Amino acid sequence: MRIKYLLLATAALACSQFAFARPLSVVNYGGTLADAQQSAFIEPFRKATGIDVVATSYSGEQAKVKAMVDAHQVSWDVVEVESTDVGRGCDAGMYERIDWHAVPDQPKLAPEARTECGVGLFAWANAFAYNTKLTRNAPQSWADFWDTTKYPGKRGMRKTARGNLEFALMADGVKPADVYKVLATSAGVDRAFRKLDALRPQIQWWDAGAQPAQFLVAGDVAMSTVFTGRIITAQKAGQPLDIVWNGAISDYDYWVVPKGSENIAEALKFINYSIGAQQQADFLARQPGGPANTAALAKMTPEQLKNLPNTPEHRKVGLPNSREFWDEHGDDLDQRFAAWAAH
Amino acid sequence: MATTSRIAAPPEGGTTAGRAMPGVRRDSSRRVRPPRIAGDVRGALWLIAPLAIFMLVFFVMPIASLLSRSAWDPVVTRTFPATAVALKGWGGDSVPPPATFATLAHDIEAADAAGTLGDAAARLNQDAPGMRALLMRTRRQLARANGTDALPDLMAVDSRWGEVAIWKTLARSLSPLTASYLLRAADHTETADGHVVALAPDEGVYLGVLGRTIWMSAVVTSLVTLLGFPLSYWLTSLPERRQQRVMMAILIPFWTSILVRIAAWMVVLPREGLVNKVLMSLHLIDSPVALLYNRTGVYISMVHILIPFMVLPVFAVMRGIPRSYQMAAISLGSHPFGAFWRVYVPQTLPGVAAGAMLVFVSALGYYIAPALLGGAGDQMLSYYIAYFTNTAINWGFAAALSALLLVATGVLFALYRVLVAVFPAYKGV
Repeated sequence: MRIKYLLLATAALACSQFAFARPLSVVNYGGTLADAQQSAFIEPFRKATGIDVVATSYSGEQAKVKAMVDAHQVSWDVVEVESTDVGRGCDAGMYERIDWHAVPDQPKLAPEARTECGVGLFAWANAFAYNTKLTRNAPQSWADFWDTTKYPGKRGMRKTARGNLEFALMADGVKPADVYKVLATSAGVDRAFRKLDALRPQIQWWDAGAQPAQFLVAGDVAMSTVFTGRIITAQKAGQPLDIVWNGAISDYDYWVVPKGSENIAEALKFINYSIGAQQQADFLARQPGGPANTAALAKMTPEQLKNLPNTPEHRKVGLPNSREFWDEHGDDLDQRFAAWAAH
Repeated sequence: MATTSRIAAPPEGGTTAGRAMPGVRRDSSRRVRPPRIAGDVRGALWLIAPLAIFMLVFFVMPIASLLSRSAWDPVVTRTFPATAVALKGWGGDSVPPPATFATLAHDIEAADAAGTLGDAAARLNQDAPGMRALLMRTRRQLARANGTDALPDLMAVDSRWGEVAIWKTLARSLSPLTASYLLRAADHTETADGHVVALAPDEGVYLGVLGRTIWMSAVVTSLVTLLGFPLSYWLTSLPERRQQRVMMAILIPFWTSILVRIAAWMVVLPREGLVNKVLMSLHLIDSPVALLYNRTGVYISMVHILIPFMVLPVFAVMRGIPRSYQMAAISLGSHPFGAFWRVYVPQTLPGVAAGAMLVFVSALGYYIAPALLGGAGDQMLSYYIAYFTNTAINWGFAAALSALLLVATGVLFALYRVLVAVFPAYKGV
């Protein structure tokens, strides 16, 4: 009798190992973005499906994902990545290819939000901003950003090739629509670096998205390249900052599933849930940006619509980031930029 | 290593001494020593075994496997296996036969499906810039048009497939043993013909960064010595109770997280920060001084972080030097400064040398302080190692830069040992 109980208990314990599979692990960039996702996606998803979700944050470095995938010890299921990583990581076999049948809401997605390995989450833009109290005469374009006689002071810039090379070409008179065509030639790359050379003494580099708003508010820099979402959040908090949409590069954040995740089905279920129109509207009410699901536009306020990176007006004066271009030329330009910035 | 050699030394010394010395001493040394020593060695080996195994598994092996990435990278062979076989007998005088084109096209398609093309493209791009763009464009076109005749296919995608240099690069990258990461770390590159040439000055920057790393470490070491020596001297002159209090003031920051201390400097040093405000209110300066995001900020924080590494060994040595030596010198007619400089200071040199060595070698690997408090021109080699590891995910190149730093540190240490051998008085470690 005893032995039977013991066996039963052991069996029950063994079963519980399977029953208590680890919860779905969602990884994002943290900060206010994580709070917005918690209340717009994670809490309601848990309530709707009963699937346990744990959210953690990281700083966007794909080395961690690569280490997990290489070691076959994948403990992340859904990861938010930038557009620059989504293609490269896909080619390098770091992410699962998306099974679009498992994402029934996909027809409503904007075309840029659908890639081989990534599902678009929301749109944002890379633009520049200034302090309206310190810079009275509003700058209009990248040419103004480069004009240090008309607008004296330091310039905050992100320490990456992406963005800065495009901005340099636009400051040099290249039309937004032609930027990637020019940058694909070696003469165009030289031209961009020469233009950056001219601004070099004035550049104050930043790495984290929260830094530019701090620089601008403290008056450390006259203007800075920014992630638009951060500036809109700062505006809401009453900071005297304004964004110049002229020449902005719009871009998406994507969800990916690291290769070898043991919860692929739940992961895709979560991704599909997060691109629902209502969830997108709830999320963007807290995190400024544009929806990946175009149906969410109808649920947004006029105030929000004014600041979207992907409105027709903003699109006319800006350009979308070319994933294809960076996929092909990223390695060369990153290496050259790292060397250029080392001086 | 040091432990074993120290244990191994006595029996040898003992026997030579025994051979040289006649009679009684020889007998006594024989009678007492040999059995005990044999036991000592075995016992000592057992005692150090856990540490030795730990060091081997958690220190030597990971470093070796990481450094091997800088010269050993079989990713291209693994990704294009059929092409590797097809190119084995290829002479390299002209473009390979059409069959090889077809083989490569199939390999590219298979790699794309398996998700390995990206890594192979990254390695090829390391060997010859532009290869990634070529492969990715080819992949896209192959996916669009599922051709039967591969030669016009590849040629139609990009005329560069008709160039011998491209195929030479491919053939070279198929060998797992590569020098391209290490060459690039030393600001050189290998052309398709196998010639090693220096990179253009705006591309080859890493030897310059290494020089900057060594220079900045040397400046920090000098500043720490200049500040740490008087501090330690003053400390030895204090009564014991106050000595302990001052020591705590040095040690508590030493035990605080480096990140916290750097964050504190980010509050104290900005244009609107404490230092500038105090200096302006004292009318010492008219406009704020730039102390952050430049070399000054890096030096200030590094000196602050590293000064305990100087004070602790110097203080330990100074405490053992009796003040009476200086007094004796003065009583014999020396000038007080002469007594300090010629009698006291030479006795502290072992401590100063040990402290300088500790500070200099730690400074060589500094990463967080320059990254958070410095500008683009103040980054040290570790910053680029972290950049290529985390952001660019080019682990081969990160390993090559690590090898560069390790070799430079090793050379500097060897130089130090030579100096110690020439001037034994400076011996500290």
